[in-house]
Order: sequence, then C-alpha cells, then structure tokens
Amino acid sequence: MSSKILLTSKEVDIILHRLACQLIEKHNDFSNTVLIGIQPRGKFLAERISTILKNEYGISSVDLGFLDITFFRDDFRRNDKPLEANKTQIDFLVEDKNVVFIDDVLHTGRSIRAALTAIQSFGRPNEIELLVLIDRRFSRHLPIQPDYRGRQVDAFNNEKVKVQWKNEDAPADEVYLISNPS
Amino acid sequence: MKELSVNHLLGIKYINKNDINLIFETADHFKEVINRPIKKVPSLRDITIANIFFENSTRTKLSFELAQKRLSADVISFSAAQSSVKKGETLIDTVNNILSMKVDMVVMRHSNPGAAHFLSRNVKASIVNAGDGAHEHPTQALLDSFSIRERLGEVAGKKVVIVGDVLHSRVALSNIFALQMQGAEVMVCGPKTLIPRYITDLGVKYEPNLRKALEWCDVANMLRVQNERLDVNYFPSTREYAQQYGVDKALLDSLSKEIVIMHPGPINRGVEITSDVADSQQSVILDQVENGVAIRMAVIYLLASKIK
Repeated sequence: MSSKILLTSKEVDIILHRLACQLIEKHNDFSNTVLIGIQPRGKFLAERISTILKNEYGISSVDLGFLDITFFRDDFRRNDKPLEANKTQIDFLVEDKNVVFIDDVLHTGRSIRAALTAIQSFGRPNEIELLVLIDRRFSRHLPIQPDYRGRQVDAFNNEKVKVQWKNEDAPADEVYLISNPS
Repeated sequence: MKELSVNHLLGIKYINKNDINLIFETADHFKEVINRPIKKVPSLRDITIANIFFENSTRTKLSFELAQKRLSADVISFSAAQSSVKKGETLIDTVNNILSMKVDMVVMRHSNPGAAHFLSRNVKASIVNAGDGAHEHPTQALLDSFSIRERLGEVAGKKVVIVGDVLHSRVALSNIFALQMQGAEVMVCGPKTLIPRYITDLGVKYEPNLRKALEWCDVANMLRVQNERLDVNYFPSTREYAQQYGVDKALLDSLSKEIVIMHPGPINRGVEITSDVADSQQSVILDQVENGVAIRMAVIYLLASKIK
C-alpha cells in the first residue's frame, strides 16, 4: 500500500472557501436553501461549509441536515460486508426547497442515486444540486455530475481517495490517493 | 462491520448480547424512518417473506406485516384456519410448498414449543419465531427491552417484575433471557398455580405478594390472563385474580416511587390493569406497539442481509 498526498491542508482550506463563495453566488442568503451532508463522510464537509458560511460570510441561518442512505443503497446483500446505518438528522421539510447534497468524494455516483431516492421521504424539493470535494471523473456508473467540485482527480479503480478531517479522524485536513488499499 | 451471529431468530436463548445491541442500534434508525412523512425504505425489494400463523394473532401479525412492507419486501400471509393444514398436511410439507414459490424468509407462529427450531433444521429459509407455544416470543422480548431502554436510558441494573400467568407465557421466558443477558434483575409474581415450579433455577426471584413486588421493581410487565389456555381453574375467579394481582391507580400512587407499566397486549381492562393505569403517563403500552414495528424491521433487515 502506498499513498500520495493530493491536497494539503492549505489547499483544502482555499477550496472550501471557493466552494462557499460559489454557493453564495447561486443561493444568496440561503433563505430557501438547505444543505444536506451525505452520511457518513459528507457530514464533516457539510459542517465545514456551513461554519464558513456563518462565520466568514455572515449568513445567519443555514439549515443543515444529514442524510443516511444505507437503506436506499442498491448493493444490499451484494456486498460481503453488511451495511451499517448512520444517523439521519433532518429537522425540517425539504418541500419546495433548494437542496444541496454535500459529499466528500464522488466516485460511481451510486450513493448520490440512493440519496436522490432517500430525500423524497422528506418532501419534494424544488431542485437538488451536488457539491463534492473530490470528483473522480471517468469512474462513473450513472449519469450524475457535480454542480460544485473542489478538485477533479483521475484515479484507477483499484485506487482509493481518502479525505481526512482535522478534529474528526486526523491531525490536519488532507486528501490522499491510496494505491492497492487492503 | 457488525452482523448477527445467527441466521434465524428462534429465541433469545440462541443469540447474545452483541446481537441485542446491534438489533437495538438498527431499530433506532428504523424508528426515525417510521416517523418520516414517507415511512418506507427500499432495502428488501428483492426479498419475499411468508408469514405463517398456525395460531391466532392480530397485533404481532400486523406488526410483522407492517415492518416487512416498510422495508419494501413482498409479503404473503396465511393463517392455519384457511390452509391445507386442516386437510392433514405436515408442517414441513406446508412450508416447503411455500418455499417452492421462492420465498426467502418465514415468520412463523405455532402452538408447539420448538416448532420454529424444527423448521430451521429442515427447510432452506431464514426463520423468525413469532411465538412457539409457551416457549419463546423473541421479538416481543426485544421490543420490551427496547422500550425500557427508551424510557429509562438503559436496561442494565434495572429491576423488572413480570406479573401474572408465567406458566403459559412465552413472553415471560423470552423476557427473562433478554433482561438477564442485558444485566437486569428479574422477579416473577403471580398465583403459585401460574408460576412454573423450577422458575427460580433460571436465576429469577419469586414473590407472591404484588405490592411487595411493585415496591421492589422499576418496571412491571403485566402479562395477559390467557383465558384460552387455562384448561383447568388456576385461580378461583377472574374477580379474585383482579383483586390479588390487578394493578389500579390507587395501588400505583401508593408506591414509594414511580414505576413503568408494560403490557404485551391485548389488555383485559379491569383484570391485569385498570383503564386509568393503562392510559396513565407511567404506561408505555402504546410505545411498545410502535417500537414493535421498529424492532421487527431491524430483525428482518439484519437477517435478510445474511441471505446470499
């Protein structure tokens, strides 16, 4: 197993600010917009973006929720490992709202497909957009593309992109490309 | 990654504490799901489940069916009264005929203790025991513990008294196993004729006096008087039973602490508990019913994930 750093802590910081600015450009004061972090790893990115919007750009209230897609995945019983659920926490209805899905890595697109189905349990959104930190292009199984992307990465299928977050599971925000993960 | 240690849920006796914790954690997620505006998830859309009830049931059958439908499984249900069992077909034949129609899981209630166990050894499907005679009723015990955990924070260290007809009760036996596994203390209380003779060998206390039992406990699980199983007179009259072993509001209010009242249903109002107790703040009876769906969703989901 070998790993290569794709984004340093400083680069991640610049990208998060750019993504926050791009969101403001489209959604103004976020009065009709909700951010939904896709569990488990999208949660951390969604929290970061939401904090930047509040603290550095003065957006007073941003609705932030977390969506677990385990029960909506299409690989139930097709995986050797059982699927483990996480907490869904959406304390608002998404009816007629502009929803922004937030996830760390966009790979095959299957998680987002599941999220598109799962979110319907909470109402009919006006529109849904997708924000990802890493877009692994050329590896999509479904016609799904991000609206906001941090960095495009070309990686082989047997390589893994790992996003680590400071205060969650690593000493610094960093993105790695891991070859031959076990 | 976590998964159940068993391929069938035949009884609490055959699972372990980790299984119970996993079922509870999964049920937490499903409880959130069934409180959404749209209460359905597509996980089990390629699974077919047969509910086979050789004995009458309303709530357990409804609860299982609802759980299966919330998970998007295909469900077929049948009751013995309308089936070929009456024509003399054996249990294995009946079930194998159903399995030939490509059924992945069987939920069965049967009046013979061990029927689910017998089936699990003889047919190729995941079996869930929904009650076998006076033996076990595992999903009921799981939802009872889940309701205690929800109301009191945890099950470990709590004192639970099971009141009434322990002799004919599968709920009692499964509850004793489940509660002890999670570190709770268990006592049984009831007329001596309705308490199995060697019950204390299971490590439970016996107290014939209801007031003393209630003073001791944190939770009282009031079993139903199963009139349909009482083939001889185990107590002089229903009125006398209600006087000796029924809980009314006056008794509840006279206790030194507030206890939680549970009942597996259906309630004989005025016998095991009076209406004002059943409808009081201390009662979690309707929570038990709601939790029943979440627990059964968790059990079915976890067992289905092991079907290859």
